[in-house]
Amino acid sequence: MKGKETLLFFLIVAVIAGAVFVATNGVSLGAFELKSAGEMLNLGLDIEGGVVVVYEAKTEETGTDLERTMEQTKQVIGKRVNELGLTEPIITLQGENRIRIELPGVENPEDAIDVIGQTALLQFVLVTGDLPAMEGMDIAAIEYEPILTGTNVADAFVSQGQYNEPVVSLKFDAIGKELFFEGTSKAIDNPEKKGQIAIVLDQEIISAPYTEIVISDGEAYIQGSFTFDSANELALLIRGGALPVELEEIQTSVIGPTLGIDSLNSAINAALVGLALLVVYMLIYYRIPGFIATIALGLYGLIVIYAMIGFNATLTLPGVAGIVLSLGMAVDANVIIFERLKEEIHTGKSLRASINSGFHRGMRTIIDSNVTTFIAAIILFAFGEGPIKGFAVTLMIGIVSSMFTAVVVTKSLLKLSLGFSDRKKHYGSRG
Amino acid sequence: MKTVTIAKKYKLWFAISTAVIVLGIVLFIMNGLNLGIEFTGGTLMQIDLQQTVPVDEIKELLSTYELDPEVVHAGTEQNEIIIKTKQSLANEERLAIYQELMTSYGVDENAIRGTEQVGPSVGAEIRNRALLAVAIAAIAMLLYVSVRFETVFGLAAIIALIHDVLILLSLYAIFRITVNSSFIAAVLTIVGYSINDTIVVFDRIRENVKREKGTHFEIADISIGQTISRTINTSLTTLFVIGSLYFLGVSTIKEFALPLLIGVLVGTYSSIFIASPVWALLRHKIKSKDAYSSK
Repeated sequence: MKGKETLLFFLIVAVIAGAVFVATNGVSLGAFELKSAGEMLNLGLDIEGGVVVVYEAKTEETGTDLERTMEQTKQVIGKRVNELGLTEPIITLQGENRIRIELPGVENPEDAIDVIGQTALLQFVLVTGDLPAMEGMDIAAIEYEPILTGTNVADAFVSQGQYNEPVVSLKFDAIGKELFFEGTSKAIDNPEKKGQIAIVLDQEIISAPYTEIVISDGEAYIQGSFTFDSANELALLIRGGALPVELEEIQTSVIGPTLGIDSLNSAINAALVGLALLVVYMLIYYRIPGFIATIALGLYGLIVIYAMIGFNATLTLPGVAGIVLSLGMAVDANVIIFERLKEEIHTGKSLRASINSGFHRGMRTIIDSNVTTFIAAIILFAFGEGPIKGFAVTLMIGIVSSMFTAVVVTKSLLKLSLGFSDRKKHYGSRG
Repeated sequence: MKTVTIAKKYKLWFAISTAVIVLGIVLFIMNGLNLGIEFTGGTLMQIDLQQTVPVDEIKELLSTYELDPEVVHAGTEQNEIIIKTKQSLANEERLAIYQELMTSYGVDENAIRGTEQVGPSVGAEIRNRALLAVAIAAIAMLLYVSVRFETVFGLAAIIALIHDVLILLSLYAIFRITVNSSFIAAVLTIVGYSINDTIVVFDRIRENVKREKGTHFEIADISIGQTISRTINTSLTTLFVIGSLYFLGVSTIKEFALPLLIGVLVGTYSSIFIASPVWALLRHKIKSKDAYSSK
């Protein structure tokens, strides 16, 4: 019986130690390859480096109008980001009128912001004054009347005109079709039967074609002395510039790639030193239970990391704080049990009885303290934002795995360890 | 079991804490908190110039931008500079400043270490949301502790929690530590750690109330004594990890670990020296020994 218990004890230890090894180093056996946990874990931009920009829409719209506008804005920004060829961008709407863009590992972060952030409010306006509009002019210089905005432009592309010359074709959506019909009607509603429409990007006139007809089918083309390139450029501006609303950059965070990696490496090394100190202390203070706690903490770490990977959660610096805190609580669970164990031994009970009642009484404390903290974590998750959420997620995962390892691993190993040691001194009792 | 006299000396601990908090409040009124740009709005730019450049030289170079910046050195060899301004600079302005620095000191874009920009309205919002979340969490914990233990325990735990947050704020005011986003992590750590620690002692008090005879202060002291090695061991081991992060980490990690370090220390202190004495005092004032939860 004793031999079996000892064997099982070391088997569990070996399995957990093996799993920790695999998680840190990864394995490859022939065709089978398992990446290390570190490589699989999503790292937050504050750790890995990258850009976070939050824009706020400058608009009076509310309710469903605002929702629609924000959704369109998100799509346009998505397009721009894709054209930059950035990997794994995350674009989310925040609150009612904000949009958050996260670009991990981008090389020239400031340039990227420049491209994405070009607010580029696109408008089609009817020139109403005597002064004709000209390319490159500021819109403030002319008198005009708005017709439609970039929202209503469905597409813009280069095609060929009558004489095979490059022209810019425009397609409007249903509303745009109506608005453009009204606009062109007004444009020719004068003795000359001719009017000028200016296309304005961020206050600057980028094209100023004349129309002599009413356009009612929602399709138009701009002809002029275009080369293919200049036509394409205009089409691109109209297409990409079609942000339905003006955006203001209200929060930016750029972590240069070297800063992120420096931080990460130094944090990992420091954490390893700290963990080593922790293990040494536990071994000296609690002996066999200290060793058991180390194994339990190993499993705790595995569960936390693989749960993060499983939930596809992102590890941020506040998340690390949550892990550190729950690590403290995992150690705490073990310490509470061991201290109770010592007390029980002092009352003169046998080791086996002490383990049982020490564990039983310790568990009540552990459950109350963990549940209280877990409640806090749930609330922080529900009401918090950004960094607070990140903290709450790792804290919740950490609490659950620390409870689990304390209940299952610490208890089983404590009992099994009786197979090779029956000396109370080995359980931290100095009495 | 160790015999301790802590709860009985509650006046001493309350005096110490009050002194720290009063000092904090005085300094807070005089100087205010050293708020980071996350809370005031502003811009922070960090660049590696690959040489130690005097602060005044940078200020001189950037004087045309009228930023009134705070310039500090960073990095292991002090080759990096951090420029902080209360102004929320748009991307073009930031690019222009970087460009100016890059041409002046012959470095390229890879030298840019990081940028933070926060609009003025956002700061207050971040703060308010964080405060709201923490307040709701505190109320929920109060409810749970009141149900599982007894209202007086819940009250004492929350008083200890408020104490912790006040001490934390005072330390930030006294040592002029920058209140940035790590501060929120610190508050959260205190909330979690302090409550966890406090519950462990309260759990023992709850048990002892039914078994031991004596005043509330004596019962509190017995309970603190029984749990003190657990409290110390847990705090020590946690501090090993956070302390390593603080002492061995680079500046960003240091900045992040410091509030956690303070959080754990204050949380440990309050669970021993504040929470249990407050419980004993409250109980003593109520003078009824019959309302203990038997759960």
